[in-house]
Amino acid sequence: MARTVVDDREFSRILNRIAHEILETNGGAADLVLLGIPTRGVQLAGRLAGLIEQIEGAPVRLGTLDITMYRDDLRANPVRPVGRTSLPGSIDDAVVVLVDDVLYSGRTIGAAFDALRDLGRPRAVRLAVMADRGSRELPIAADQVGRVVQAADGERVRVEVSELDGRDAITITGTGEDA
Amino acid sequence: MRHLLSCADLDESEVLSLLDLAVEMQQVQSRPVKKLPALRGRTIVNIFFEDSTRTRTSFEIAGKWLSADTINVSAKGSSVSKGESLRDTMLTLDAMGADAFVIRHSSSGAASQVAGWVRAHVINAGDGQHEHPTQALLDAYTMRQHFARVANGTSKGPGTGFAGKRIAIVGDLLHSRVVRSNVLLQRILGGDVVLVAPPTLLPTGVEDWGCEVTDDLDAVLPSADIVMMLRVQRERMAGGFFPTEREYTESFGLTPGRLAGLKPTAAICHPGPMNRGVEISPAAADAANSLVLDQVSAGVAVRMSVLYHLLAAEEGAQG
Amino acid sequence: MTSASTSLLITGARQADGTSGDLFVADGRFADPADAPAGVHRVDADGLLALPGLVDLHTHLRQPGREDAETVATGTAAAARGGFTCVHAMANLTPATDTAEAAEYVQALGEREGHCEVRVVGAVTKGLGGSELSELGLMAKSAASVRVFSDDGRCVADSLVMRRALTYVKPFGGVIAQHSQDPRLAGTDACCHESEWSGRLGLPGWPSQAESVIVARDVQLAELAGSRLHVCHVSTAESVEVIRWAKRRGVQVTAEVTPHHLLLDTPLVAGYDTTFKVNPPLRTSEHLDAVREALADGTIDIVATDHAPHARQDKDHPFDVALPGMLGLEQALAVVVDVMVNTGRIDWPTLVRRMSSTPARIGQVPGQGGRLAIGEPANLVLVDPSARAVVDADASASRGRNNPYHGRELPDPVVATVFRGRISYQRG
Repeated sequence: MARTVVDDREFSRILNRIAHEILETNGGAADLVLLGIPTRGVQLAGRLAGLIEQIEGAPVRLGTLDITMYRDDLRANPVRPVGRTSLPGSIDDAVVVLVDDVLYSGRTIGAAFDALRDLGRPRAVRLAVMADRGSRELPIAADQVGRVVQAADGERVRVEVSELDGRDAITITGTGEDA
Repeated sequence: MRHLLSCADLDESEVLSLLDLAVEMQQVQSRPVKKLPALRGRTIVNIFFEDSTRTRTSFEIAGKWLSADTINVSAKGSSVSKGESLRDTMLTLDAMGADAFVIRHSSSGAASQVAGWVRAHVINAGDGQHEHPTQALLDAYTMRQHFARVANGTSKGPGTGFAGKRIAIVGDLLHSRVVRSNVLLQRILGGDVVLVAPPTLLPTGVEDWGCEVTDDLDAVLPSADIVMMLRVQRERMAGGFFPTEREYTESFGLTPGRLAGLKPTAAICHPGPMNRGVEISPAAADAANSLVLDQVSAGVAVRMSVLYHLLAAEEGAQG
Repeated sequence: MTSASTSLLITGARQADGTSGDLFVADGRFADPADAPAGVHRVDADGLLALPGLVDLHTHLRQPGREDAETVATGTAAAARGGFTCVHAMANLTPATDTAEAAEYVQALGEREGHCEVRVVGAVTKGLGGSELSELGLMAKSAASVRVFSDDGRCVADSLVMRRALTYVKPFGGVIAQHSQDPRLAGTDACCHESEWSGRLGLPGWPSQAESVIVARDVQLAELAGSRLHVCHVSTAESVEVIRWAKRRGVQVTAEVTPHHLLLDTPLVAGYDTTFKVNPPLRTSEHLDAVREALADGTIDIVATDHAPHARQDKDHPFDVALPGMLGLEQALAVVVDVMVNTGRIDWPTLVRRMSSTPARIGQVPGQGGRLAIGEPANLVLVDPSARAVVDADASASRGRNNPYHGRELPDPVVATVFRGRISYQRG
């Protein structure tokens, strides 16, 4: 059985906090580009963009960044479906905030850097994640972390979003169990 | 998918997956850095036993944009004259460590034969009068975008289905690999193919292909959503397949008069190279509803998608 | 080339007509078993059939010219394994067999190297060129005493040349064996049967009528010349009809069908495996039915193999470029047993006529295709009618590996072959 570590009410508070932190760090929404990393980073980035717009009263630029082809384990796995990359115009000189669900080994974000390099030259790149479960394999840290989650090696940390999963939550699935 | 030899080897989910990914691949064409790293370290050998600048270049760009090393081997003049068999030629290249062969050959079945001999993946870039599967895929991609534009006013997104769409393919069907691949692909996608040709240029058994077959182009055009004109080679006239160019154009050419009779939403395709003034009038080739250049641009994206599907994962990779 | 024993006693074998009794062979001929000495080499043939040695009217031995593909030694070894005691070496050699000297060369080669009798087929036209007659008379008078003339591989397409050839060979009892293929209807690029399959596979096809129009012309020319015509490798229903019509009119026409045209059909080419490229091409099932029926009722007189070995590199090309032809000697009897005897279409005496006595008569080969009777030359094959095996191309005595039956389970009838009184093949 999955263990819920963050429920929907807390989920919403966390998103609010992250939205505020992003604005605070950046000194406003100007130059900001939120890029969600498929799959669930896309929904999270969309929510954050909505919140930032509410707070600032002006829209923030939003896009998605698929990193499938930049994965360093592409060859070792069966052919993966490729997600969509769509940018809200040029990212040159923008402040890009990458949004992902779970930060773990850091390899996804490493791939995202490579992907960004092919798309333009942002002034700065920041990272916001919903859950950070540690165990990094690359020297990468998030600027905004929703919740630090302690999980054992065989366990799986999942971020659920209502658009895809019917509810908002962070859960831990036990060893050998299917999510 | 290990090889792409024939559209008959594809199922619906594979076709849709190939076409959908091509949409993403096409975006790369508008990027500042037209490069994806997916096939870094892979070697793709384009071996063309028959000239085709268009197809070869398209595959070469597709491979390069996916970061593969692409090598072009012009094998025209064929190894037969050098006393080397096709098998020996291909085994030699295979032994050099190619990961994939993109093969064009004037003989039907050559790609299938090669696939039986080599270790590498094989992509059929046109084999004689048999098939040209990536051409049919790019045709389908282009048509899909067109149908979406007609339906939604935008070509963004994956496009719409082929059900109920009438696709007329006109010309030298007997010697065309494009028609065979398109008929097989539309059997999967659900388009309604009408074949139009003089009776001397119909393949034996065409009546069993599940398509309407006619020699009356004028009866077909008013209901067509897509009119695909095939190149008619001048040597066919010498071969006695039809009496004169004039007679051919009169009966089977997309003349300005016929162009005017098309549905407003109909579009014109041609796999190229065009014989302007023979099967297609300049007015039709350059018409606003001509998709000829869209086809070329789609060619790269579709071939990137094919290369990705075949080569991105190591053989036998476990999930 | 053959076993050293000069006399042997075959015990227990049944003959095609159902009679049985020991067969004693001495000095190359059948002799009275009562005269067999004690300690004679005995072959226990209990449960086996003893048939006259098979005679092939259509064999490509490739020597001289393409010894990498086949030699007289390897080709006739394959013949012996297939139960043949006589083959006819087709003229499309390098050089072509179009002179008396060339014919005598092949004849001598056969005598020296052969595991069976090698009869020479002479070319109808010089260099198989289709325009000038070769030295038909000199070949007939030569030591090779050629009686069968053929440009096989090519059709004598010129009606006038064909008429002259038929007329010219009549006085010495020659026969023109025609490869019937209209060169315009079935051009050089035609590489399979024109059908839904050729259309789908994009392979240039040749219609069955490209054969029958030539057969129809030739039977009329044979009638005009009052001479003998033999139709090689009949593959179509239309040709069968024409031959049936001609025979009713009394035209001196005989016809052959190959084992592969009896068993194998067009869909086999769908994988572009050049092993299945052959000329005339493998036809569709309605044609197979027609040639089977014609072989049963005698419209088609004989089975001939058109054994056509090729070096591997000549087959490792695209389908339309690879050389046409497939092996046939070793599996010919197996195929005929499978398709014709086991299905009840023909009985064993008919099989003997189709594969031994009639081909010997058409080729006018003395000492072949006769009865297993005292005083006759001892050419015979011992057959196990019920054995079956999976064909392995690599187990062939031929140099060729283009065996279309590879991997197929077929009857495995040939137990031993005796040629001129010596064992030329015995199953190990």
